[in-house]
Amino acid sequence: MCLAVPGKVVSVIEEEGLNFRRGKVDFGGVLKEVCLAYTPEAAVGDYVLVHVGFSLSVVDEAEAQKIFETLREMEQLEELESP
Amino acid sequence: MKFLDEYRESSAAAQVARFIRRIVRRPWTLMEVCGGQTHTIVKSGLMDLLPPEITLVHGPGCPVCVTPVELIDKAIAIAARPETIFCSFGDMLRVPGSSKSLLEVKASGADVRIVYSPLDALKLARANPAREVVFFAVGFETTAPANAMAVWQAEREGIRNFSVLVAHVLVPPAMEAILGSPHCRIHGFLAAGHVCTVMGWEEYTPISRRWHVPIVVTGFEPLDLLEGVQMAVTQLEEGRAEVENQYRRAVRREGNRPAQERIAEVFEVAPRKWRGIGEIPSSGLRLRERYRAFDAEGKFHVDAGAVEEPSECIAGLVLQGLKKPFECPAFGTRCTPETPLGAPMVSSEGACAAYYLYGGRRHEGNESELPSAAPGR
Ligand code: SF4
Repeated sequence: MCLAVPGKVVSVIEEEGLNFRRGKVDFGGVLKEVCLAYTPEAAVGDYVLVHVGFSLSVVDEAEAQKIFETLREMEQLEELESP
Repeated sequence: MKFLDEYRESSAAAQVARFIRRIVRRPWTLMEVCGGQTHTIVKSGLMDLLPPEITLVHGPGCPVCVTPVELIDKAIAIAARPETIFCSFGDMLRVPGSSKSLLEVKASGADVRIVYSPLDALKLARANPAREVVFFAVGFETTAPANAMAVWQAEREGIRNFSVLVAHVLVPPAMEAILGSPHCRIHGFLAAGHVCTVMGWEEYTPISRRWHVPIVVTGFEPLDLLEGVQMAVTQLEEGRAEVENQYRRAVRREGNRPAQERIAEVFEVAPRKWRGIGEIPSSGLRLRERYRAFDAEGKFHVDAGAVEEPSECIAGLVLQGLKKPFECPAFGTRCTPETPLGAPMVSSEGACAAYYLYGGRRHEGNESELPSAAPGR
């Protein structure tokens, strides 16, 4: 139910008189129109996390990399400790 | 897909699991709050990767599962009215009410439609001014911004034939209710990442302090969940109890402020009844006075009264992590996804359905006593 899927913003639609900012978001080849009202900072090229047609968060790419740094550290520890 | 596939890599998962094995000294029980996380854990067999010291129990985080029977009955009564177009997310349709499900009233002619977003229901209201369009607003904090926006928008546009049947629940009060139970055996929580995308994680600090439990905001992919376990176990082994954020790529401390503002404008906190658990104070949302015209309960005056839940179903215990699905006598025999007795067997995020579909019960070692019900395994 709380499933939210990351997709890439490919275009932002800002029309006159429109109630909120929308964008076209690419989910691995499937394009969907998404409400961007809650992520006003989202720009073309950003990855956003989308839930029931609403973007809830812009994915922080630098933070996303950190889990892989942690993995490398774990690997180094393992190598150090194994005889 | 980027930001998904790399977190499903099995060698990385195995590596984190090895690391957990090295740091764990004592037995710990952790609860993942969200049903989506339960789904990943059971589907990817993460319990097999973890050392025997660690037990994962599954939390109440499946909004479909905790929506009370009365509300399903109300939904059915509203949907059966000839002027209604009743809209819902798909997984609510098969949840049994006291006598039938929304799918059954649909089969007998009611106009019940599955929508992807509450905005689709709003579109239907614009397109069908002579009909009453009702949206079943179920969900946790993750879904509240979308539902709030639909109501806000309807008010701004003066759309009068749109209303919502609100069944919104909040996560932190449920966590406190679980911690306050005399049977509670949980040492730490993996908090629901997407709920925190909206709400941030400051509201968990007092809970962590009061009950001295680590709470780790965790994502939904196998690697996220294992890292979440690792962070919680590290805290427990070091005697710490803090709120930490594993899901940093999506969750900021303060959450999503514009979304919180829209929720607070449209909804207010209210007591809510949870299916199988009972009423929890301040654990849900209802429409504020200004938006009451959009409240389907008020508009249609349906009264379903109090209803008995099927006595055999132990969903309440399953949802509080006190029992595993296979400990239910009906599991896999009288209760299957085709003929569910309780909501946790309906939704793919319900613990019972996850165990049934992915054979999660095999992790418990007493397979011989269990019915051989899981297909495809
Ligand atoms: S297996 Fe069915 S009857 Fe048993 S607790 Fe789960 S939903 Fe209820």
